[in-house]
Amino acid sequence: MAEQALSDVKVLDLTHWVAGPYCTKLLADYGADVIKVERPGSGDGARRLGPFYHDEPHPEGSALFLSLNTNKKSITLNLKSALGRKIVLELAQRSDVVVESFAPRVMPSLGLGYETLRETNPKVVLTSISNFGQTGPYRDFKGSELVLFGIGGELARTGVPDREPVKLVSHAAQFMTGMVAASATMGALFGQRFHGVTQQVDISMVEVQANGTERRRPYILGYQYDKLLKGREYASAGSGYPSGCFPCKDGYFQIGGGARYWPRIVRMIGSPPELLDPKWTAPLAQDAPELKEEFMNKFFYPWLAEHTMLECWEASQVEGMFTAPLATMPDLLQDPHLAARRYWEDIEHPRTGKVRYPGVPFRMGETPAAPRRGAPLLGQHNAEVYGQLGYGKEDLVRMREMGVI
Amino acid sequence: MAKLPLEGIRVADHTAVWAGPFGTLILADLGAEVIRIEPIDRHVPFARGGVARPPKAAVQKSGGYPDRDPGERPWNRSAGQGNTNANNKLSMTVNIHRPGGMEIYKRLLKVCDVVYENSASDVMPKLGITYEMLKEVKPDIIYLRAPAWGTWGPHAHFKNHGASLETALGFTTLRGYTDIHPSENASTFIADFGAGAQGALAVLMALNYRQRTGKGQFIELSQAENAIPVLAPAVLDYTMNGRVQGPRGNRDPWCAPQGCYPCQGEDMWLTITIHNDEEWRALVRVMGNPPWATEFPDSLTRWQRHDELDQLIGAWTAGHNNYALMHILQREGVPAGIVLNDRDVFEDPHLNDRGNFPLLTHRDAGTHRYPGVMFRMSQSDIRVRRPPPCLGEHNEYCYKELLGYSEEEYQELERMGHIGEDYPPHVLI
Repeated sequence: MAEQALSDVKVLDLTHWVAGPYCTKLLADYGADVIKVERPGSGDGARRLGPFYHDEPHPEGSALFLSLNTNKKSITLNLKSALGRKIVLELAQRSDVVVESFAPRVMPSLGLGYETLRETNPKVVLTSISNFGQTGPYRDFKGSELVLFGIGGELARTGVPDREPVKLVSHAAQFMTGMVAASATMGALFGQRFHGVTQQVDISMVEVQANGTERRRPYILGYQYDKLLKGREYASAGSGYPSGCFPCKDGYFQIGGGARYWPRIVRMIGSPPELLDPKWTAPLAQDAPELKEEFMNKFFYPWLAEHTMLECWEASQVEGMFTAPLATMPDLLQDPHLAARRYWEDIEHPRTGKVRYPGVPFRMGETPAAPRRGAPLLGQHNAEVYGQLGYGKEDLVRMREMGVI
Repeated sequence: MAKLPLEGIRVADHTAVWAGPFGTLILADLGAEVIRIEPIDRHVPFARGGVARPPKAAVQKSGGYPDRDPGERPWNRSAGQGNTNANNKLSMTVNIHRPGGMEIYKRLLKVCDVVYENSASDVMPKLGITYEMLKEVKPDIIYLRAPAWGTWGPHAHFKNHGASLETALGFTTLRGYTDIHPSENASTFIADFGAGAQGALAVLMALNYRQRTGKGQFIELSQAENAIPVLAPAVLDYTMNGRVQGPRGNRDPWCAPQGCYPCQGEDMWLTITIHNDEEWRALVRVMGNPPWATEFPDSLTRWQRHDELDQLIGAWTAGHNNYALMHILQREGVPAGIVLNDRDVFEDPHLNDRGNFPLLTHRDAGTHRYPGVMFRMSQSDIRVRRPPPCLGEHNEYCYKELLGYSEEEYQELERMGHIGEDYPPHVLI
């Protein structure tokens, strides 16, 4: 197997749910050796969230868990036991990075604060992922995808004007937190190896949103600059035409029009002679409701009705326009481009057999990601990992009986 | 103070819009010297504003510029693009495609570690910039390209920004209200965020590898491929179960109730998530034990009669201030939060306490508070060290100190049009 970018990186993963596991998954998928520590019995809470393989609830069948934990090893360990604490320190001693996602009070209360970890391993980087960060007045507040996105992100401007704001797709804010945690972790690790600066990284989910470019950066800077407080809008409310997402022959087609793109739009729909009339390019043509109506009813809707999503997409892309079909998962899985690039990856798992997963996010020329292993069964690597630490078969039996693993 | 992690690393930044600049911003926040390499005989679309010189009337109406005025040099004043993801960066001008430009650029490459771009796939090759060429000048260079669909394949020439990209990838059909068609969904920009955050990650991984082996590399980040893992549960629900998921509003099937409820004031809201019976009982207590609450004793009932429950909770929250409710509910152990609009976010005590939104003075845009850095570190002083750069603001430093051009040569390059701070008057878009 070719060397990977992170073949020399060992990660002790004390995270659960979504943000932390996505962070360590990114590292694992590019070659880091990630040991995931799970609570004995139930494991990572994500194991009980659906959707489930064949809709049968089972700790090894959660699509969420399976997708977030590829390439990792799983051990079970009770961190509240004295032996559990000792073993975590033994593992930290052999790790370059520890990532945890407990509430801020938990690690110190377990006797696993950063100072303790550094006494064991002076070079270890600790990344702490939490809802609100390790400090501040809301530090101990509780959160959820919706609650945290509302405080940190652009929830106020997602949705339509006369309704309540509505959140992003599924766990998106938590995924974004995981991405940033992975980048900051690699930054800190590089700083450790390059400059010898060893430190803790503090990742707060609300802060990732408040300073992130899922609209918040440009939108809040916009308010600082122009003092125009903007709200939610219908997608079809754009001023230039045609702008929005419109029905076509077999689905919906999204396009952004306006004066700048007008010549391209005319070419896209076959350059009907009537559209060459100068009235269409007069200075205020894009603001004239009667012209918009004429264009939409006489030219655009009829053209859409005769073309499929893919035909509309291709015709507009030839003209260099930013357009899209309104795709569902089957559309995506059948996309010829992703297929030609062999993007999807079929991954084997004892519970599900071979299943198709999204591929890795980027392709590294010198250190390509190797084919990935499926997510681990709960405690699948106990014998291997504990064996390396010198615990024998009989020890494992005792540890199990004592509720440590 | 300890060194910044990427102190000593230099990045040639060819990015525009959001996806690319957000990636190099993370590298800059980590301490790299990120230099925006900008042509000055034309404006790269969406690099420093939707257009270089927007009409005054349009800006007055739609904003996006300080005091709704494009000013003398609008390209230094755009909130939407130019100044959004540019803290901690430098700017140098050079017309790579003009005589003498490539020579300057190659001189710069020799002192760079990373080249980063996110243009349409044909843009860099047309400038004569390929990995082979870069490698010849700087053998251990790391080159990251992030076009929407990658550099090869049937859609390699397709252009997509965050919003339309997410529609093509299925994000749009998986979010929004259950009773309003997804074609009315507002644009979200998870794909831009992801391209930036994971693009920076890719560079950091490559730096780690280079540190170990001395080898640079080429990285291809297709913004589409890069964003799809966020949808993994929906992808797997289809590939494992054949189910085509749709939107589910503000709900998550493992929480009931969960929603965004109206509060006192115009467009003021409170979010609440109830994960278990304990949180539910606390919510009921804070609501003053209303009689109807006894009809929802267990989570399954709450899930099945969620619409009804939303009405009842909304009627209660509507009479209250959202900050007050957040504090009372959180004190009782209920996950609840205000919904901060673009104005109020600057006033939040927690975000302020943690040093977000520094006040910066920008030469051409004035003094304002800016978005800051997404992460903190215990030793390195991670913060906004400088405001977004004006076009060509750091030409003197780059040409003279970094590249060693003499004053005479500098003036000659200025005459040749490589060095400057203004686009020619005919450059409107």
